[in-house]
Amino acid sequence: MTALLEVRDVHKAYGAIRAVDGVSFSVTAGEILGVIGPNGSGKTTLFNSILGQVKPSAGQVYFEGADVTGMGALPLSRRGIGRTFQSLQVFGRLSVRDNLIAAGQEFSGSAAGRLFARPDAGLGGRAEEIIALFRIGHVAHLPAGSLSYGQQKLVDIAMAFMASPRLVLLDEPCAGVNPALIDELTELLLRLNREHGGTFVVIEHNMDFVMRLCTRVICMAQGKVLAEGPPEAVQSNRAVLEAYLGV
Amino acid sequence: MSPLRWIILLAGLAFVALAPTQMKNYGVYLTTLWCVYLIAGMGLNLTVGYAGQISLGQAAFLGIGAYTAAIMSKAGVPYLAIFPAAAALCFVVGLLLGFPALRVQHHYLAFATLGFNMLVFLVLRNEEWLTGGTFGINNIPRPTLFGWRFNRPLDFYHLTFAVLVLTGVLMAFLLRSPWGRAFAALRDNPIRAESVGINTTFYTLMAFAIGAAYAGIAGALFAPLVQFVEPAPFGFATSLSMLLMVIAGGSGRFFGPALGSVVVVLLPEWLRFAADWYLAVFGFLIVAMMIWLPGGLLSLPERVRR
Repeated sequence: MTALLEVRDVHKAYGAIRAVDGVSFSVTAGEILGVIGPNGSGKTTLFNSILGQVKPSAGQVYFEGADVTGMGALPLSRRGIGRTFQSLQVFGRLSVRDNLIAAGQEFSGSAAGRLFARPDAGLGGRAEEIIALFRIGHVAHLPAGSLSYGQQKLVDIAMAFMASPRLVLLDEPCAGVNPALIDELTELLLRLNREHGGTFVVIEHNMDFVMRLCTRVICMAQGKVLAEGPPEAVQSNRAVLEAYLGV
Repeated sequence: MSPLRWIILLAGLAFVALAPTQMKNYGVYLTTLWCVYLIAGMGLNLTVGYAGQISLGQAAFLGIGAYTAAIMSKAGVPYLAIFPAAAALCFVVGLLLGFPALRVQHHYLAFATLGFNMLVFLVLRNEEWLTGGTFGINNIPRPTLFGWRFNRPLDFYHLTFAVLVLTGVLMAFLLRSPWGRAFAALRDNPIRAESVGINTTFYTLMAFAIGAAYAGIAGALFAPLVQFVEPAPFGFATSLSMLLMVIAGGSGRFFGPALGSVVVVLLPEWLRFAADWYLAVFGFLIVAMMIWLPGGLLSLPERVRR
């Protein structure tokens, strides 16, 4: 099967420090790939290299066969790559519904057309679908900044799905989220994967979440891929245990 | 908007439209000046309050609009062409300034726009062949539109009020459109805005240029209001007053500049009973308001509820 995302021998160095050191992997449509590794192993730098937030020192990134190396957030989002960030990133003073519409309104028509478009940019229905899917209807009218951390996290993730992206990169979606919400999030992402063909790359420290969600896992250490394979195999890999536990 | 809010809005508009009929000429002049500042303030509110950019150069755009109106009207160009020309010129200058200046943010942007204000002030003062230098341009005619002469203060007030309502409706339309949501998104979180496909460079430039165009329209009304333009009213102090207008009323709130311009234009007049102390009292009130109502006067109900 053709790879949706292909990362080829990506390097990123800061002076003598090799944050990402020759990482290669690919993601096919419908897959959920987990990226794990101890703190400082280069996961977020790898994400940022894929998403053009930092320019890779070497290597290429391909999306749907096209070279997107070093491309910024704006063109990547327009090509169909959604993302969430490690920290909360919502539009605090906008309502939840407006957050969702804002996350989808720029993907159709021209700028001039949007000036004269309906206030909801024709996305009211889509926003309601996402609101129902993420079960955030009871807070849809409230400013996103006024919600609890967990609710904001849901809004943050929901926004990434508003424009029906073909690939979503999730950076530590469980960070700071309570166990009940993690269960809910796992079910939600599995449902999006099963019913809507969602393809995800997930950086996460919560191993239980990774085991339940991912179809394949990459473990990074010191900027390199230490192990790759099915979740159970990576979890029991000796090198992975050494990297995490120092045993 | 709820029916109650519509009633309050329409009653407010009727009051503002009719109140000057009971005023003497100076009262009519002040209310007209309030409308002029309010139009410029609406533009600055778009740039500062909705799009999250800081600008200390709004008076420069007011000046460009005023001098455009003064020069064109003295050359016999009809006002029907002058208003769009002033707006378009300020829009283009706003874009030209915005391209380099909006690469920086926050206090760096404040200083970039401050520098622009100084530059425009110096051009107005030194380019005598065009602007009359420190002598300015006098005997600026009041407009005649569709055969209707707006010579009398009250007539000119009603013209200014009509332009205020028109620009207000256009601003409301803009803010309700997806553009308004994009402006708010880039104000709240530019990094996330870009990651969801919002072209932050484009929208920042548009907010800046449209804000400048509003100041241009205000300037085109300012010139025939005072019928004499010279560089002094377009200096840095006026830009600061306009920023105060936006912040005192409620930055990022539609009616914020309306209240803010009351504070800046009318409050000093109402404080004249304090004679020599009026500026001190004005300053004290502003300091107190910034401490207790940092969200501006329109945040008062929220403050009371807390």
